[in-house]
Amino acid sequence: MGILGKLFTLFLFASLVDNIVFMRFLALCSYVGMTSQYDASMGMGIAVTFVTVMASIVTFFIYYYILQPLNLLFLKIIAFILVIAALVQLVEMVIRKTSPYLYRAMGIYLPLITTNCAILGVTFINIDMTYNLLEVIVYSLGVSVGYTIALLLLAAIRERLNFSDIPNFWKGYPLVFITSGLLALVFLGFQGMAH
Amino acid sequence: MAREFWRNFVNGIFKENPVLILMIGLCSVLAVTTNLANGIGMGLAFSFVMVFSNIFVSLLRPVTPHNIRIPIFIIVIGTFTTITDLVMSAYLPELHHALGIFIPLIVVNCIIIGRAEAFAYRNNILNSIADGLGMSVGYFWSITVLAGLRELLGSGTLMGIPVVPSFFKPALAFIMPPGAFWGIGLLIGILNWSIEKVKKKASKKEVVTHYHT
Repeated sequence: MGILGKLFTLFLFASLVDNIVFMRFLALCSYVGMTSQYDASMGMGIAVTFVTVMASIVTFFIYYYILQPLNLLFLKIIAFILVIAALVQLVEMVIRKTSPYLYRAMGIYLPLITTNCAILGVTFINIDMTYNLLEVIVYSLGVSVGYTIALLLLAAIRERLNFSDIPNFWKGYPLVFITSGLLALVFLGFQGMAH
Repeated sequence: MAREFWRNFVNGIFKENPVLILMIGLCSVLAVTTNLANGIGMGLAFSFVMVFSNIFVSLLRPVTPHNIRIPIFIIVIGTFTTITDLVMSAYLPELHHALGIFIPLIVVNCIIIGRAEAFAYRNNILNSIADGLGMSVGYFWSITVLAGLRELLGSGTLMGIPVVPSFFKPALAFIMPPGAFWGIGLLIGILNWSIEKVKKKASKKEVVTHYHT
């Protein structure tokens, strides 16, 4: 298998086999909170993709070129979260100045992303798995695609569920979680692909 | 004052239970509850960070400029998360390995940042301690109940000790990812159902007393 094949496998692994929402349980707050409308979940997906890839690249350089040479590894958690918070602010300002259309599409979701655990989680996983820069980019891209797929799936199902006739106390979150359980069961099937 | 302390403490346990009512901080709750021991460990780690960051956010109120309060909260929470992470990896390496990245991810737990912003930043130290303890108890009972349920149904044990009769076949799905979603869905459903019942009872009582007077 050449290097392209390896990267493609990593991409499939990150997006489907090891789906960030259904298998790793990250970013659940936005997963249950943002999926009541289909458009909103699309905007959130784009914003997360953008920030995850950028944050992964920046934290890669910070970890290997600043923290490791200076022997400051215990500052990993604080350094990463501050970098992500600053990056989100920066991205928001740049987008507001340069592209009003893009800002309208994903602007309101950007502040929420700072505390989105998928992004910080991906940066930690990158370090734990000792990926190189190319793998970091592909992995974070795959994770964000998987996240967007999960959001869109649930949003589409929830639009249908609004019209179904069910007991009052199952409406809303309980039904969302039962549905997610069934979706997770489907994604469990992809585990067979890993072998 | 004792009454105010008590009211702030009880608030997080049922009425504003962070996990089951407000639906925040779900990631760690669903991810680590494959067995009861992990649930308890995660609950304790969370409680430590929650209470201490509430205390320090409240202490730092006079010197916190309003515009940069969020980065300051994050540094306070990050400090305690780092302490937890390092202490656990030194003294409880097995548990630390089982909980994985969810210990460092306490730093972005929405409950802690949410309480720092909504409560500790606006209240004195004593009330912040009460709030932190209450939220911790609310989180702790939710995570242990879910972990116990999943371990019981998924592997038929509690804390690793077999407790079910031999004819019961454990459903492996409950310790795999789908079981986490089903477990919390069931818990929230049951909670909603009991709240509805209590409300109905209360309104019935009201009608009856009204009739008597």
